[in-house]
Amino acid sequence: MSQPDLIIHDEKDNVGVVVIETTKKGQECNAWIMENDKTVNVSSINEVPLGHKIALQDLKEGDTILKYGHDIGKVVKSIKKGEHVHVHNVKTKKW
Amino acid sequence: MEIPKSFLGYKRENGRAGTRNHVIILPVDDISNACAEAVANNIKGTIALPHSYGRLQFGADLELHFRTMIGTGKNPNVAAVIVIGIEPKWTKRIVDAIAKTGKPVEGFHIERTGDIGTIMKASKKAQEFSQWASEKQREECPLSDLWISVKCGESDTTSGLASNPTVGNLMEKLEPFGVHLCFGETSELTGAEKVCAARGATAEAKEKFMKTWNAYNDFILKEATDDLSESQPTAGNIAGGLTTIEEKAFGNFQKIGNLKFIDVLEPAEEPTKGKGLYFMDTSSAAAECVTLQAAGGFNIHLFPTGQGNIIGNPIEPVVKLTANPLTAKLMKEHVDCDVSKILSREMNLSQAGDELIKTMLKVANGRLTCAEALGHREFVMTKLYRSA
Repeated sequence: MSQPDLIIHDEKDNVGVVVIETTKKGQECNAWIMENDKTVNVSSINEVPLGHKIALQDLKEGDTILKYGHDIGKVVKSIKKGEHVHVHNVKTKKW
Repeated sequence: MEIPKSFLGYKRENGRAGTRNHVIILPVDDISNACAEAVANNIKGTIALPHSYGRLQFGADLELHFRTMIGTGKNPNVAAVIVIGIEPKWTKRIVDAIAKTGKPVEGFHIERTGDIGTIMKASKKAQEFSQWASEKQREECPLSDLWISVKCGESDTTSGLASNPTVGNLMEKLEPFGVHLCFGETSELTGAEKVCAARGATAEAKEKFMKTWNAYNDFILKEATDDLSESQPTAGNIAGGLTTIEEKAFGNFQKIGNLKFIDVLEPAEEPTKGKGLYFMDTSSAAAECVTLQAAGGFNIHLFPTGQGNIIGNPIEPVVKLTANPLTAKLMKEHVDCDVSKILSREMNLSQAGDELIKTMLKVANGRLTCAEALGHREFVMTKLYRSA
C-alpha cells in the first residue's frame, strides 16, 4: 500500500485528484482508484498542486467530466491526457 | 472499535440532554444587543448572543426569526435564558415558548425603562440563573441523546475524498444507536439534487426535498445577474481545486454516507419524526447554517473543512476535521481531528470514522473545541427578505 500521487474516486472517472504537495512536469504519477482498489499510471504534463485534478484521457470541447462516477461539468477547451483540469478548461452545466 | 454506549451530559427538564451548560442572554432585536452584552459583562458564567435583526420583519421571515430565537433558547445546551427586547409583546412570545421546556427563563423589555434600569433588573436575574446552573453536574446519558448536525466549509477536493466521507462513516456507525442527525446546505447540493432526492426514505421525503431545492433554484435563476461563479464555488474552493458546483455538491453529499433521510425540515425547525437523518433547508454559509441547526435542537456539530474554515457557534460546539495535510499543519489551532493520513493511505476511512467518534465524544463530555477555545461565537440569523 504505497502512497498514491493521485486518487480517483470511481472507475468511470476521467479525472484524478493530486494528493501530494505538487506534481512535477513530466512526473509519472501513480493513481489509486478507491472504488476497486486498482492502480493506474498517468504522466503529469504540468505542475499541479494538491487537491487539483489531472485528466486521465484526452478530452475535447463539449465532453463531460466524470468524478464520483457523476457528471460534474463540461469541457470548454480541449484537454490532453495528463493535463491540469480546472476552471480554465471546464465549466458548470448549471448556470 | 467498540463504540461507547454513553456520554456525560446535562439532563434537562424536558428529558433531553445537553453537551454544554450555557446561561444565555438573548436579545430579541438588534437594538437590544447593547443591553444584553452589558448583562453578560456584569454576570460571569453567562453569554450574550448579539445579532443584526428582529425589527419590522413580517410573514415567513418573521416566523423564521421567532423560530430561531425560540429554538436557540430551547436547545438542551442552554440551562437558562434571559430574553431582552425593546417591546414587551415579542419578548413575551419568546419567553413563553422557551418556558415550555421547563427551564428557567425570564424576559425584560427596554421601552419605558431604558438600558440602565433594564440592565440592573436583568443582571439580578442573570446572577440567580448563573449560580443555579453552576450547580448542575454531568450525568451518564445514552448516545441517543446526541443530536448531531453536520455542515462542511471552505471545501476543497480533499473534503470529498476524505473528510466528508469520514463524517459519513461516523453517521453509518452511530445511526443504529438512535441518534438524531441533520445535514443541510440546499444550494450546495446543486448538481447532485436528483441523487440526493433519491435518498429520501419515503416518496413524501423525496418530493419535499425536490420542492425545497426547486424553490431555491428558481430564486437563484431570478436574482442572479450573471451566474454564481463568484460564490459557488468560492475563491477558496477554486484554490483548493474544486472547479464546478456539481463537483462541490457530490463532495458535500459524501457526509451522509449511505443513509436515507426521513424528513425535510424548514430552517430552524425541530425534528418530530424520531431518531434518524433529517435534511434541513439552510443556506450554505457556515454561520447561518449552524445557527439554524442549533435552533432545531442539535447539540453537537461536525464540520469538515478543506482549506480551513474557522467557524464556531455560541451554544453548539463545532468539531472541526480536515483531510488536507497543509491545513492540518498551517491551521493546527483550528483542527480538532486530523484525518489527512487517509490521502497517503496510512489510515482507512473506518479508522478515520473511529477517530472522529472519539474526538466527538470527548467534546460531548466537555472538552472545549478549537473554536470554543479561540472564542468563536458566530450567531447569525437567516433573513428571507427585506423588512417592512
